[in-house]
Amino acid sequence: MGYKVSTEKMDEILKGLSGQYKVFGPKWDRPHKNVRFAELKSVSEIVMDRQSNFSIKEVFYPISQVMFYFKGEEVEPSEVAEDRDLLIFARACDINSIKRLDKIFLDNGENNSDYFYARMRKKVKFALIECGGFENCFCVSTNSNETDDYAFAVKIAEDILVEAKDDAFAGLFAGCEAADYQPEFVKENTKKVTVPEIKKENLKAVSELEYWKKFDDKCIGCGGCNTVCGTCSCFDTVDVVYTEGSSDGERKRVWSSCMLDSFTETAGGAKSRATHGANMRFKVFHKFYDFKSRFGTDWNMCVGCGRCEMRCPQEISFIDTVNELAEECKNI
Amino acid sequence: MTEQEKFENMIDRMKPEPHRILEVVRQTTAESTFRVAYDGETLDGQFFMLSIPKVGEAPISVSGKGDGFVEFTIRKVGRLTEGVFGLQQGSTLFMRGPYGNPWPVKDFENKPLVVICGGTGMAPVKTLLEHFYNNPEIAKDVYLIAGFRDADCALFNEERAKFAEKFHTIYTLDTGATEGFEGGLVTEHISKIPFAELGDYNVVIVGPPVMMRFAGAECVKCGVPEEKIWVSFERKMSCAVGKCGHCKINETYVCLEGPVFNYTVASKLFD
Repeated sequence: MGYKVSTEKMDEILKGLSGQYKVFGPKWDRPHKNVRFAELKSVSEIVMDRQSNFSIKEVFYPISQVMFYFKGEEVEPSEVAEDRDLLIFARACDINSIKRLDKIFLDNGENNSDYFYARMRKKVKFALIECGGFENCFCVSTNSNETDDYAFAVKIAEDILVEAKDDAFAGLFAGCEAADYQPEFVKENTKKVTVPEIKKENLKAVSELEYWKKFDDKCIGCGGCNTVCGTCSCFDTVDVVYTEGSSDGERKRVWSSCMLDSFTETAGGAKSRATHGANMRFKVFHKFYDFKSRFGTDWNMCVGCGRCEMRCPQEISFIDTVNELAEECKNI
Repeated sequence: MTEQEKFENMIDRMKPEPHRILEVVRQTTAESTFRVAYDGETLDGQFFMLSIPKVGEAPISVSGKGDGFVEFTIRKVGRLTEGVFGLQQGSTLFMRGPYGNPWPVKDFENKPLVVICGGTGMAPVKTLLEHFYNNPEIAKDVYLIAGFRDADCALFNEERAKFAEKFHTIYTLDTGATEGFEGGLVTEHISKIPFAELGDYNVVIVGPPVMMRFAGAECVKCGVPEEKIWVSFERKMSCAVGKCGHCKINETYVCLEGPVFNYTVASKLFD
């Protein structure tokens, strides 16, 4: 069913939901001068004229998360402070990025779901924000421009058009002005990416291309691209103690990055990948080959949100990198 | 299984538990064996995530096992291992596991077995060797080539002496021959194994990555079919359950599919 509601009406509806849901969306984060996913007080806070700097994942897979508390010899898993479910306003690429995270955290190995992810993930529902695309994104190229995983969809303008897809939410809009609305998805982006032909047969040859060497100096291994990526899931564990001399404390997991110099470093200093070029190769393979091959999906890991494109302090364009690689692959 | 049970299983897979250190045996100036109280089952070639709160966590292979204990032979080389060296008999060590695919021990039984190891690479094969030492009725010609940098680095003196009684052993030092040791890298001794006469056999190789690469290539050169060779990888890991991403090699997760791999798979893995 479709409806047309005012911002005030939408806020009233969200307020009515607040006992059951904590509502999130991409909003301006003044202290960090960024657009990030955070709790919404009003739908008017949703930033519409630009892409959020950080992806959706931090809402329920935060940068730093306590896994276990240590007290003497007792080890206790952390608890979830929020007992409400989470309703997240998000664009199609972001909802699709969660589909990728789900694979890694819930489906990588039999009976091997991740406790800390699973307990948050089951609380999440999406409100799709209709999106017309932005300057640096390429969701059509990665086939992640569409989704049907949402409770309701909105087109935010002066008034808000709503498609209530999930029956549980449809009742909330009863009595609102009916409107003929179905969300539209991006049909074409300004930027386009040709997915490189990486396959089992040419894996080694693509890996050994001279092409990767250009990143040895150009990339500085800051990991910013991984940090803003909605599909990067890697983490390190870090222990924190509360007072010196005591071992009472916590074990956290903290986002990591395959572009960091230390990512593969084992005790003693040996590294499986020792150059920024090798790290770039690893990252691009994961986004466009490894993931697909491992999970047997017909979709890539990269959802084309373009955040890494905007984030890189060295102005390494991921779009150019992938397109150039696609050309290189043709010559193998 | 109820949702509650599913979630409890998930916690159990990741939660470190306290275990008592029963004994610490010094091996070399940099390596010691820690015997830790443990009642569960572990298969040869598996590893645990060992940790000390506030220091951190790291994957360590089981080097010995027995009734009510497991052993880890650890080289003091990083943050966690330095922390472990600060512990003594009676101290608590946190552990979770065991993780990873073991050696295919059943397939090795009643067939000749060639084990080639370098340095601390002897730790992940030691329980396998002990299995055949303790069960001679299923052992059939075990060949062991163990290499170390120098005599001061040589691990498991007692066990190696024991193995020499029943196995065909070559112990070698990179720095040259001395009493009880031949000289040269392990790869230089591989051609001494009479592979052609062994019939249906298996080869196990564990050591530093470079050593495994050269030893694997040397075995193939000596006519060993790739599918008869088995190796074990050591990678950085933060989770050991296929999530943290550190041990991933292209589409393979070493913690889930390894650390033991058949050479037909391992030789195609690259960084």
